[in-house]
Amino acid sequence: MITLEQKKFEDIEKMTKGCGRLLVLGCETCAAMSLAGGKKQAEALAAAIGVARKMSGDKSEVLSDAVARQCEPEFIDLTEKDVAQCDGVLSLACGAGVQLLAERFPDKVILPGCNTTFLGVNEKLGVWSERCAGCGDCILDKTAGLCPIARCSKQLLNGPCGGSMDGKCEISKEVDCVWQLIIDRLTKLNRLEMLEEIFPVKDWSPAGHGGPRKMVREDLES
Amino acid sequence: MKSGSNLERILESGQFAVTAECGPPKGPAPTVVKRKGDILKFCCDALNVTDNQTAIVRMSSMSGCVLLKEVGVEPVLQMVVRDRNRLALQGDLIGAAALGIRNVLCLSGDHQRFGNHPTAKGVYDIDSVQFLQMVKTMRDEHQFINGEEFSGDTPFFIGAAANPFADPFAFRVTRLAKKVKAGADFIQTQGIFDMAKFVEWMTMVRDRGLDEKTHILAGLIPIKSVGMARYMRNNVSGLSVPQAIVERMGDAKDPKEEGVQICLETIEQLKEVDGIHGVHIMAVAWEDIVPRIVEEAGLMPRPIV
Repeated sequence: MITLEQKKFEDIEKMTKGCGRLLVLGCETCAAMSLAGGKKQAEALAAAIGVARKMSGDKSEVLSDAVARQCEPEFIDLTEKDVAQCDGVLSLACGAGVQLLAERFPDKVILPGCNTTFLGVNEKLGVWSERCAGCGDCILDKTAGLCPIARCSKQLLNGPCGGSMDGKCEISKEVDCVWQLIIDRLTKLNRLEMLEEIFPVKDWSPAGHGGPRKMVREDLES
Repeated sequence: MKSGSNLERILESGQFAVTAECGPPKGPAPTVVKRKGDILKFCCDALNVTDNQTAIVRMSSMSGCVLLKEVGVEPVLQMVVRDRNRLALQGDLIGAAALGIRNVLCLSGDHQRFGNHPTAKGVYDIDSVQFLQMVKTMRDEHQFINGEEFSGDTPFFIGAAANPFADPFAFRVTRLAKKVKAGADFIQTQGIFDMAKFVEWMTMVRDRGLDEKTHILAGLIPIKSVGMARYMRNNVSGLSVPQAIVERMGDAKDPKEEGVQICLETIEQLKEVDGIHGVHIMAVAWEDIVPRIVEEAGLMPRPIV
């Protein structure tokens, strides 16, 4: 999933100040699973902005709604009537959703209510952690299913570095050394010899260093 | 004086400056740089040493600068943010100051995909405007970008690039204003072939008074052949080569001579444009032609300030 966290309320309040009638628009997929920007969070946030506005003498209305996915044009189209009645939209989707809204509604102020944090997993209630950096050329087959691009602080491909101690990364005792995890796992699988080979220099162009990425499936294009 | 460099002294004394580009070799031969320095030293006030230009690995700009100094040429250290983060940039700036390098040109750099290592990770930790701010803060406040103080002087004459031919045209002057605000003491522009557009840009520059806040050196690229003119028109993003120039090169019996004449005519026209304080000649792999261009443009001898 794409993980998100809601921006601080004071930042949201500042950002949405003076933008008139506002629609707080939730996204029911990743943002909802992150408990940051689903329908429920959109309703609560709209109510809170409404109260803050009233206290500061701003009478303009704050509405809320949500769609299944703000990253797909057909779902964005469903918001057309709601958006038309507002001056601005505070999107609680990831950066992709915010931008698709901005593309679809060029004459509206479109604002981000969340920070898009990473591609990760929900470890347990209230805890998410990063797993994937979206590098466009998966190497998990060579690293025991654990990603050093996303989880090694130095993105080393021939780790661990000299800062690995007691299974932890040199940057913090809170961070696992992913190379330790890779080694432990390969040891259990009796495949540690895989790490004898020097991992070659990586092609970073599919990771975004070759410019903004686009994917076209000609077999599916209409 | 901010740096006391020759380039700064010439520009501050109100004289028309001449700089040129010196591309370092794709190998460790010091003679290549020194030879270029020897050819250009009497016709230029300072020489820019490019930094992995077009994202192709070459001798480092810093080393090239040191080699130029050895033959008595004042260098302009070009630095791109493509290959170095803020730690490396600041470390190199301190090193450059220690080596007596006094001019620095702060650039973004061509994207790595254009060069000979297209799969490399681009750094772009800070951008060129932030880079200018950083060099200025180091020079004027003796502080790193993190606010920490250091002792000693890093007296740089700070340069930036400007491209009047890139899009969106109207914003180009705003971007220049930002670079000036960030700390650019001098500007070297993209090579000029489209004089009408350049003049229009300069009018906007003067309207905002930017020509009085920074020294603008107009960029020139001598063309050797019609092929080169076509290549630049078709393949170099942000370069505007009008059809008339391509045709002129195509019709010429002696294309090299025609290229020199175009360059000389451009300089003559530039002398009439208010707010231009010098020229910057980028004769890529054709450095030998620069002395003749400077001589015939009536810019010799170079002033001693």
